[in-house]
Amino acid sequence: MLEVTGLRTTVKSSSPVGGAEKEILKGVDFSIGANETVVLLGRNGAGKSTVASCLMGDPKFKVSGSARFLGKNLLKLSPDKRAKLGLLMTFQNPIEIHGVSTTEIVRASMEEKKKGFIPIDKVREKILENGTENVWFYEREANVGFSGGERKKNEIALTLALRPKLLILDEIDSGLDLDSSEEISKILAKYQRETGCSYLIISHNLKVLRHLKVDKAILIEKGSVYMTSDAGLVKRVEKEGIRAILNEVSDSRGVS
Amino acid sequence: MKGLTEKLVRGLSKAKNEPSWVLEMRLRGLKAWSSLEMPSYLPDISELNLAEIETYVKPKTEMVSNWDKVPKEIRETFDSLGIPEAEKENLAGVGAQYDSEIVYHNIKREVEKTGVVYLPIEEALRSKKYEKLVREHFLKLVPPEDHKFQALHAAVFSGGSFIYVPPETEVEFPLQSYYRLNAPGAGQFEHTLIIVDEGASLHFIEGCSAPKYNVANLHAGCVEVYVGKNAKMKFSTVESWSKNMYNLNTKRAIVEEGGEILWVTGNFGSKVSMLYPTTVLNGTGAKAEYIGVSLASSGQNLDTGAKVIHLASDTCSTIDMRSIVKDGGISTTRTLAYVAPGVSGVKSYTNCKSLILDSESVSNAIPEVKVLSDGAEVAHEASVGKLSEEALFYLQSKGISEEKARGMLVSGFTTEVSKELPVEYAMEMNNLIKMEIEGTA
Repeated sequence: MLEVTGLRTTVKSSSPVGGAEKEILKGVDFSIGANETVVLLGRNGAGKSTVASCLMGDPKFKVSGSARFLGKNLLKLSPDKRAKLGLLMTFQNPIEIHGVSTTEIVRASMEEKKKGFIPIDKVREKILENGTENVWFYEREANVGFSGGERKKNEIALTLALRPKLLILDEIDSGLDLDSSEEISKILAKYQRETGCSYLIISHNLKVLRHLKVDKAILIEKGSVYMTSDAGLVKRVEKEGIRAILNEVSDSRGVS
Repeated sequence: MKGLTEKLVRGLSKAKNEPSWVLEMRLRGLKAWSSLEMPSYLPDISELNLAEIETYVKPKTEMVSNWDKVPKEIRETFDSLGIPEAEKENLAGVGAQYDSEIVYHNIKREVEKTGVVYLPIEEALRSKKYEKLVREHFLKLVPPEDHKFQALHAAVFSGGSFIYVPPETEVEFPLQSYYRLNAPGAGQFEHTLIIVDEGASLHFIEGCSAPKYNVANLHAGCVEVYVGKNAKMKFSTVESWSKNMYNLNTKRAIVEEGGEILWVTGNFGSKVSMLYPTTVLNGTGAKAEYIGVSLASSGQNLDTGAKVIHLASDTCSTIDMRSIVKDGGISTTRTLAYVAPGVSGVKSYTNCKSLILDSESVSNAIPEVKVLSDGAEVAHEASVGKLSEEALFYLQSKGISEEKARGMLVSGFTTEVSKELPVEYAMEMNNLIKMEIEGTA
């Protein structure tokens, strides 16, 4: 359902003297099938979150290459059109939205998609399907004054209410305690069983994978795909760390 | 009747069958109008030619308290604004003014029984029963000589409401007056006089609108509010004048010991506005709070603000202003916190936030602080920002179009104000913002 080829991106240098644009992704290729769970691995700064931002259409990044989602050229679409196609993302650090509640966000999105009015209780019902908190929590200004854990849980309830077909989870479990990671893992597994949604999971600690079956693991390093493997790679990363794998592969490849 | 002459003023007073002391007030206004100058630091209104303004436009009807007797055409105008639909549900009384005269005024019987008075101002001015009360307060807080347009107001005022709430009486539902200026090139000069006696409480709502003409219209109303000892007053306004309106309005309140006033204001319409509701904290422990939002778009210059005069000890004030500018609109926020000599324990906090939506628009904040006694805690903050690109991306990534997302963020910026308004007014305010930002309601 998602076909990414030669994805490249640069950001402008923030140096006051100007200077070169910095290349963050140097041609990334991978694909995700229907009802698949794919894990994106990599060290800090390898470009994992940038892949997520580029796929969602963050205007900070100038992107080239190709990304096709359900047969459509994603890179030509605004973020809201991508979302309407069924591509959604949970943010690593969801920003505070002053004066706008989670319920209002979900409602506005649902109403645009349906092109008509949706009653409030219908909206609340959708949020609570995958919500861990009570109904009034989602009436609060989105992410304003939320703890790290509350932001993540809110992000899950919000995005799942919008019925994604492919959901990118950018570090959904960072900053979560064990119980909460477990809770979210269960919610994701249930949603996938019910809808056949695919996941692209970017994670460091991988607790969130407990209730999911990983179909593919992609390791990126310095802005390129280093290797693509199966769930076994996730297990190895958990046990040995990424550096060990990188060293070993470069040894066997004879790279000095 | 156009322009301003002694003949016109005398004629108006006679037609309204006013007592002579009211005519004297009008003549004082007339005299002051010719001698007072326009302050030079305020927005330019030289395009406004008073000789071309219809100072008095009598609607083709008499005042009634039965909605069905209001002429169909006028009724339809108010119906489309949701009035008096709201009266049935959650208002204690409604007044509706069309051009220069009140066309409908009604107070619910059970509210009237508690001794609450809600009358068209002319009726109160003529009344023997209320003469002493009215005479002691009318044009006393804002005298005719206060400033140029108050002088004009005093000379030609017409319409408006008189409200009296007896001691220890709580008016459970709001009273609402709605002002509609329908005649092209006309002026509206309504006068609102509110007296909330000791320990009483009241919420008054004022709504204003006008259709758009290509000639200038003028609004120079006046509001005087007296808040008694331990009394509570909330004054809400949603102003959506059309963009050919000069809105030169004066609002002032005086609050006695332990009393409180809350002003909630949304300024959206008009070509030029100059409006700075002022509160005089006259008794120990009196409180004032002002929260306001203004939105200035193309061709609009909104000069608004709030002033608080602390004349007594342990008084406290908060001013919270939010302004939004777009498409070349100009917004200026003027605030004043004044602390008189010899008072103690005063607290005053002013916060002005503005949101600038494009590079052609202008937002100014002009705070003034004058503290003449020691130990007062007076603070002021001002901030200017643009819509956050990150917040926009966040909302868009949840499937919300860019225009809609902008509208939501701008509405969000004004939430502090809308949550203080009754629900229909909060909705109207949000709709006004949406219309401006997204081009749709």
